[in-house]
Amino acid sequence: MASAVSSLSRSSGSAVRPLATRDATWVRYTLTAVALGFLALFLLLPLVAVFAEALRRGLGAYITALKDPDGLHALKLTLITAALAVPANLVFGVAAAWCIAKFTFPGKSVLITLIDLPFAVSPVISGLIYVLIFGAQGWYGQYLNAEAPWFPALQAWLIEQDFKIIFAVPGIVLATVFVTFPFVARELIPLMQQQGNDEEYAAITLGANGWQTFWNVTLPNIKWGLFYGVILCNARAMGEFGAVSVVSGHIRGETNTLPLHVEILYNEYQFVGAFAAASVLALLALVTLVLKSLVEWAHARRTA
Amino acid sequence: MSIIARNITKTFGAYTALNDVSLDVPEGKLVALLGPSGSGKTTLLRIIAGLEFSDPGSGRIDFHGTDVTDIPAGKRGVGFVFQHYALFRHMTVAQNIAFGLTVQPRRERQSAEQIQARVKELLKLIQLDDLGARYPTQLSGGQRQRVALARALAVQPKVLLLDEPFGALDARVRKDLRRWLRQFQREIGITTVFVTHDQEEALELADQVVVMNNAKIEQVGTPQEVYDQPASPFVIEFLGNVNRFAALGHPLPGAGPDVIYVRPHDVDIQRHYEGEHGVRVRVQHVFSAGNYGRVALVRLDNGDTIDAELSRVRLKELGLAAGDEAHVVFRHIRLFPAGAFVERDVAADDATPAVVDAGRDI
Repeated sequence: MASAVSSLSRSSGSAVRPLATRDATWVRYTLTAVALGFLALFLLLPLVAVFAEALRRGLGAYITALKDPDGLHALKLTLITAALAVPANLVFGVAAAWCIAKFTFPGKSVLITLIDLPFAVSPVISGLIYVLIFGAQGWYGQYLNAEAPWFPALQAWLIEQDFKIIFAVPGIVLATVFVTFPFVARELIPLMQQQGNDEEYAAITLGANGWQTFWNVTLPNIKWGLFYGVILCNARAMGEFGAVSVVSGHIRGETNTLPLHVEILYNEYQFVGAFAAASVLALLALVTLVLKSLVEWAHARRTA
Repeated sequence: MSIIARNITKTFGAYTALNDVSLDVPEGKLVALLGPSGSGKTTLLRIIAGLEFSDPGSGRIDFHGTDVTDIPAGKRGVGFVFQHYALFRHMTVAQNIAFGLTVQPRRERQSAEQIQARVKELLKLIQLDDLGARYPTQLSGGQRQRVALARALAVQPKVLLLDEPFGALDARVRKDLRRWLRQFQREIGITTVFVTHDQEEALELADQVVVMNNAKIEQVGTPQEVYDQPASPFVIEFLGNVNRFAALGHPLPGAGPDVIYVRPHDVDIQRHYEGEHGVRVRVQHVFSAGNYGRVALVRLDNGDTIDAELSRVRLKELGLAAGDEAHVVFRHIRLFPAGAFVERDVAADDATPAVVDAGRDI
């Protein structure tokens, strides 16, 4: 009997029956090949090219290029910018997501649209707006030159300090904050909306105040989404070119971030230097990707 | 702790959730707010809890004679249990239960040992002694609901409020938990209000049922009162199955024809009937599976359908089959003047067979 059954199943097994949920083999392999081929061509190949170009004159030339003081300063400025812009957007993003997801108020849809604005506007335009507002010919410049300004003490202090926004570090940070604003908020809003308010209400009926509710209930619930948003925000903050390019002034060793430094070196035909700096950026991006995967993995393990 | 709500009105934009509602909950009672969705029952519960506030200038909530209208939820001393539990998902069961105690101001807070002892006591009370270290996702629905209850009770509330506490549970667990809750409530004697749309649940569990519809309270009474003496057509239709007929003739002045209600279990079927109150019917279908027998009948005189419920023994005795003709006699009826929702009990004495007929006032 058993042998009869097995021979039966064997004979029917020779004709492969397609499952309803599965496409034909050739379809699957073709689609996979197309996807992988596309990724290799447009993502992997450029990455390899960056390192190949950087190492073209050998490891020694690469290390010398990395030690270039202007390059090191650019790296430092990039890290400082990210270190200022990311925490700022962490706070803004959480605050914006909190009030959008948990409360109803007039103007809520306007706020949601405003959060998306940096995604919709070209970075160059946003940089230009900052130049218009904070540049020497802009409102800020007019304030510094005003004969009877508001808060004269502030004007005096700003002039004394020679405090510049455009073509200086504050402008770079401002432009970066603007461009990277949506990342944290966008990540959190759907998450918080989906979680609803019941846990917060429960905490409140149990006697927790607003602050305790936020720290003990809301924040732990959005923790993973927040990590994810911060990582994406950080990646963009370090890589931002357009807006920063407009407001920075490209002063070597002063207001050059790594992406700007790469462009300058490339335009000066210093290919090894340009690609060496680019490889540093690529490495930072890879670190970000690894962190992101780690966060996803840890989150999946926690919720499993 | 008694609860008194006076003249509560709540609107959300153009939508009125509660329209001048007043409610008394006596101390130590288990009260059900029963109604279809959109009747305002959950809004009323949330206003009692302090999670929502009645429209400015309207209404007042008293807890045991003290006005709490403007006191925030956290200071009212209410335990609130949410339909979907709202357990803190990143905390263990023990941490969830301890939450209300750990967030108290330092001066009033109990020591860590005291809190731990209290958590242990509550875990025992909800019969989950060994599950303190689990996370909510590792519990079944019924267990989660009990944890939510323990968490609410940890701060020793004076009032317990439950929003559809069994709504998300499957039928079997619901029944067990219902029985458990009733016994538990009797034991600790805490004033409890729960919201439900399930009439069976309200009738089985509550000392007092508050039937709500369209932002208003239709009737307040013991389960027996609201079932046997429904104050309005809505109440009789919402609480269990009922046959509805237009009375023949006899319209009140200025109203349409009266509406007559007969519960299926008040419909008596007889093969041969000699009296004067019988209605001739034809059997349409016999449902013989279940706790009792059900028979679908059609009146021969006007084609109205009648549902009857009778014991399976009686059903067997009658030996009815589809197509048979028989007589029915109504043991107990209620009549409401249609359109005018005026309470008017016209039911005959339960023991006397009665029939509704043209022009008869019974």
